[in-house]
Amino acid sequence: MRALQVRHNVRRFGAARLLSVTSPKASARIAPVDLRNVEDPSEPTGPGWSKVRTRLSGICGSDLALIDGHASTYFEDFVSFPFIPGHEIVGELDNGQRVVIEPVLGHAARGAVPPWESAAPADGDDYAHLVRGHLKPGIQTGFCCSTGGGWAPWFWAHDSQIHHVPDDMSDETAVLVEPLAGSVHAALMAAQHTNHHLTDTESPIIAVLGAGTMGLGAIAAVRGAVPNARIVAGARYPHQMRFAKGLGADVVAPGDEVARAVRRMSGAHRIGASLSSGAHATINAVGDSSSIGLSINITRPRGAAVLLGMPGDTKLDLTPLWHREVALLGAYTYGTEHIEGNDVRTFDLAIELAARIQAERLLSATYRLDQHVEALAHAAAAGRRGAVKIAFDVREDQ
Amino acid sequence: MPRPGFVLDVDRSTPPMLFWHGEKFSLERLPSDRSRVIYPAESFPGLKDPQGAIRDALENPLDMEPLRALLHADMKLTICFDDASLSLPKMRRPDSRQRIIEAVLDLAAEAGVDDVHIIAALGLHRRMHDYELRHVLGDRIFDAFAPNGTLYQHDAEDPENLAVLGETDHGEVLEINKRVAESDLVVYANVNQVAMDGGWKSLVTGVASYRCLSYHHNPESLQNTRSLMDRHHSALHHSIWRLGKVLRDNGPKVFQIESTINTDAFPSPFEFLSKREWEWTARDRMTYLATSKALNRMPRRAARKIFHGIEAPYAMTGVYAGFTESVHERTLEDVYRQHIVEVEGQTDILTLGVPFISPYNPESIMNPILVMCMGLGYMFNMYRNKPLVREGGVIIMTHPTYRDFHPVHHPSYIDFFDEVLADTTDPAVMSEKWEKRYAEDEWYRHLYRTGNAYHGVHPFYAWYWGAHGQQWAGKVIIVGGDPTAVRRMGFTPASTMDDAFELASDVVGRSPSITHLHVPSVLVADVK
Repeated sequence: MRALQVRHNVRRFGAARLLSVTSPKASARIAPVDLRNVEDPSEPTGPGWSKVRTRLSGICGSDLALIDGHASTYFEDFVSFPFIPGHEIVGELDNGQRVVIEPVLGHAARGAVPPWESAAPADGDDYAHLVRGHLKPGIQTGFCCSTGGGWAPWFWAHDSQIHHVPDDMSDETAVLVEPLAGSVHAALMAAQHTNHHLTDTESPIIAVLGAGTMGLGAIAAVRGAVPNARIVAGARYPHQMRFAKGLGADVVAPGDEVARAVRRMSGAHRIGASLSSGAHATINAVGDSSSIGLSINITRPRGAAVLLGMPGDTKLDLTPLWHREVALLGAYTYGTEHIEGNDVRTFDLAIELAARIQAERLLSATYRLDQHVEALAHAAAAGRRGAVKIAFDVREDQ
Repeated sequence: MPRPGFVLDVDRSTPPMLFWHGEKFSLERLPSDRSRVIYPAESFPGLKDPQGAIRDALENPLDMEPLRALLHADMKLTICFDDASLSLPKMRRPDSRQRIIEAVLDLAAEAGVDDVHIIAALGLHRRMHDYELRHVLGDRIFDAFAPNGTLYQHDAEDPENLAVLGETDHGEVLEINKRVAESDLVVYANVNQVAMDGGWKSLVTGVASYRCLSYHHNPESLQNTRSLMDRHHSALHHSIWRLGKVLRDNGPKVFQIESTINTDAFPSPFEFLSKREWEWTARDRMTYLATSKALNRMPRRAARKIFHGIEAPYAMTGVYAGFTESVHERTLEDVYRQHIVEVEGQTDILTLGVPFISPYNPESIMNPILVMCMGLGYMFNMYRNKPLVREGGVIIMTHPTYRDFHPVHHPSYIDFFDEVLADTTDPAVMSEKWEKRYAEDEWYRHLYRTGNAYHGVHPFYAWYWGAHGQQWAGKVIIVGGDPTAVRRMGFTPASTMDDAFELASDVVGRSPSITHLHVPSVLVADVK
């Protein structure tokens, strides 16, 4: 089949990384991702595997980071080259059922014993299974050479990864379910941490930095999970500000004004670069050093800063973290959430959220696979170009 | 003898007019046959012997005993003085306040008074820096009083040091500095630059609490203050005078000393600013060109430093002492004699060149809110009888209106711009919805009390100051301003003066009458 495939080519990774600063298009062109005829991936061993024909597959910040060489070397042992990217997927089974994919290749997919019977793919406290079993290493579909990925006409998915799409949900909405699941997970982490610090009459302040897909999703998820929250959103571009407001942010400010906005809302003092108090929790959907530093400085002592955006190699003064006793939490994906004594799959919550916020409005443009240079360049400059989510439309290639 | 102010009708031979544009200037040609320029009077000569005039005023006060007779050894004497918001630009040393207070202290020393406090009456303004106190009071006073804590600045947020003296028949509570309230005698040293200042306003605003100030510093009062330069038609001044009566009836004895200054604002090489354009010499034109080009090229911060470094060669033109109301009437006579220019009829368009400074940014940045305050608050209000521009007419201001704030002096202004103006530009709405939160914000309170920040509520007051002009004008255009900042304030940006006239035509038609208020210096148009 013809698919977009990433090969391990250090020189092209390096060149793409250099060019990404000045020209997203040149970076996309030189990056080691090409549309080529690839050998069809053979069906993985073990029960529960299905062929899924891709309908739409989104381009995520983590895809871009891997392709243009910005991703941390941490992932080197968790991917297997050459791989077909694409983990934000709405597809179709052979029986015509539309599905979205929970892309983590968990215990069940790899033939390992799950941490508990109904565990989601990302649950558990041991990641050994990610590099063991009958699949090549890969944290998710889209980073594993054994399964294929969404930027292809089809790929293999395990039963543990498959969620059915409601009949009345469009493909354009469904393709946003995976990133929204990440947002829901981060929002619930922030909400959980917030509860520890509230008086009965107090409304929590939750700051969300970044208003790309994940940040906007986090705003909507916080609004759903903590209806009385006072949400301060940091957004850079006018369309992001409009979306942030529309999805439930009380105050939207450019990044350099977020600290002031949180200060106003919390009534804190400003002491140097940090606030004396601040947000009960901050969700960081940016991931760079300065935004992580800002997250710590605007979160009140003993609050939580949740890293939703994938951080990389970061240089950070951790003195404020130490002094403020702020919990810095990673929010990688999703799994099983514990809400009011019940276990709920994050993906189920995300499907509900996608429908509620009419998530298709966040899908700004779609491209064919053979337009991948334009697509990746558009995704890399999405904010600047007035876009939110860019995706590949593979429906004509079936 | 200085020439009086007058109105120039613009014809084809009239040269372009000087407009302030923040820390820059421009020359703008106004349409002939339908434009006029209002020029202030030339600067009055100063008193030959200001020290002697002060002594004379203290010995021969109006409707009070001589100061000497009011002083006795075991008394509690408090001297209050106007803060750094006066004069603009700051006057050369010695400042009038220094001269006055030194004379008062000499008499106090002769009488053996040793319980003397000197208080900067800054109301909700920022605390003065030490170098500013030295500049206003002189080294001798500063060194004698500051080290032992008897020279200090009023704190409107210190509940331990505020006292209630009574209430007006309108329910306005007079709450002022406790030391002032408990003194046997309060002497106020004023420097009067415009008719708005002085009188009961000196003490009733200068040493009052936020609560007390909020009775008159509000949208309703300011929208009914017509104008700030005419206290008899000013709701703000009516309230202040009511509170002044409470002070007179229930408070300490007040000995008011008011001094007037001339309009000699700019030293060399900026004298050309005060001249009439057609009288510019070749040297003036060269200086203008050189200065203008240099200012256009240098960083804004450097230009700002130059202008705020100017020390005006103001001279004292009069000094009166005694009972506050009697003193203030004489002061107003002097001020009006210098400032009033008779003007026949209103205009469709009023043009204003907004300078680098306002009363609320000495040594600081003229942020967008202060541009509004200066243009629609102060400059628009430079009238008696009727505004220069007709109701529903257009006001065109020139100023870069950069989105730039002094983080130490104006912290709440930044939030006001980001948060309040993003929500509303309506003074009544912002007063209702936002003012309390800013006034009671603990961080702003802390910075006002211990740093050099204006009170948290101050940007609201600056905005209310322009409420009458905002309500009166059909459109406000800012030429050369940052479009985003201009729009945030509800105004219309224009790139050039011609562009502004074009935009104004939507409101006032194609052949409007135009009036330019020439600045500098100060004038009050008496519009018939």
